Amino acid sequence: MSRFRFSHTAIDIAPLREELMHPSCGGFASFEGWVRDLNEGQEVRRLEYEAFEQLGITEGEKIIAEACERFGVSHVLCVHRVGDLALKEIAVWVGAAAPHRDEAFRACRYIIDEVKHRVPIWKKEHYVSGDSGWVNCERCATHAQEPEHDATHAHGHAHR
Amino acid sequence: MTATGVAASAPLRALVLAGGRSTRMGRDKAAIDHAGSTQLERAVALLQPLAESVHVSVRAEQRADPLRSRFPQIVDAGNIEGPAAGIRAAQRHDPRAAWLVVACDLPLLDERTLQHLISRRDPSKSATAYRSRHDGLPEPLCAIYEPAAGERLETSLHAGRTCPRKFLLNSDTLLLDPLSPEALDNVNTPDELAAARDRAALAPQEIRVQYFALLREQAGRRDETLLTRARTPAELFGELATRHRFTLKPDMLKVAVNSEFRDWSHPLKNGDAVVFIPPVAGG
Repeated sequence: MSRFRFSHTAIDIAPLREELMHPSCGGFASFEGWVRDLNEGQEVRRLEYEAFEQLGITEGEKIIAEACERFGVSHVLCVHRVGDLALKEIAVWVGAAAPHRDEAFRACRYIIDEVKHRVPIWKKEHYVSGDSGWVNCERCATHAQEPEHDATHAHGHAHR
Repeated sequence: MTATGVAASAPLRALVLAGGRSTRMGRDKAAIDHAGSTQLERAVALLQPLAESVHVSVRAEQRADPLRSRFPQIVDAGNIEGPAAGIRAAQRHDPRAAWLVVACDLPLLDERTLQHLISRRDPSKSATAYRSRHDGLPEPLCAIYEPAAGERLETSLHAGRTCPRKFLLNSDTLLLDPLSPEALDNVNTPDELAAARDRAALAPQEIRVQYFALLREQAGRRDETLLTRARTPAELFGELATRHRFTLKPDMLKVAVNSEFRDWSHPLKNGDAVVFIPPVAGG
């Protein structure tokens, strides 16, 4: 089973943590991304994640392999939710176990950053106002012609 | 043949425009050989099963031309130049018919494009036409002109307005998105003809396209299987962007072919599965 997975139901972290435990590991770090009620000034009511799972799994596995290579971590997992999510639910979980804590922290950070930029997952926010929008898509589409287009928000683009 | 609306629609006759002077081509466009038959014969053969009758529009001096004399002819009216003269002559020939007008110089025009035009025809409008893939304006030379368009065209011609495109633009015209973007490209020069022949020689391939997120919503579907001459993802996206009015530009997207990231110029093979990847937002 790939170390990068999609889950169509609530992520259960206990068995994931269990899966990573190993006698050679003295440090474990994890990261959880949660559904928040506010994004860029808009009140969020719920989220919808959609993924191109086949490519997502291979790209996610590649990211994990890179993390293992760079930081010497040995036991890593990442699970991303798809479907409808309510506030406070876990959207993504990353866990890394290593002989020492530093590698575990760094691997975790690397994986979540790369996953956000590279794995074909899309997020639609449904706002309290009744509006909704695909994050990183709608603004790009409407503002594509503007030369002074704000470059800081554009990093969800899969341009690496 | 068509059953749009409650009112009985006018019978459909077809007119192939073959009265042009072929100045830029340097030879008669109707007689250009295309896959074993002349462009004129090909157009007539395409239309034959779709209309009650097929007529060829000619200028008076072309009547005896051996190629043109084999078909029922309608001779251009009066001293008006250009395709509108032929269209108007057909309307006079049978004012109660709707006229499916097709230029003879569309080498990539296919049956599917004509059938779609006929099935989407709205007889309560003045005309049904395709939107040009180049400028979004009506394509007047593969269009259905309803009987109601007859008098209005007469008035326009009297006022010296002979451009059929402008006529459709100023009429109550139903505009359709083309199924195949190149089907309505006409050829005016030897270079354009050579390019169209290269295109026609390419067999259409079956490509499956899957859509996600904003593209899925704009396309109104999760996937579709296309018969296309597009040989790269870039060409394919060009076709689809027009049809589905995608708001995302190619430089914001990535491409996957058979579930692997690929370049926009990656050669497409029959049976490939293509995904255009909008800006991602995981986490």
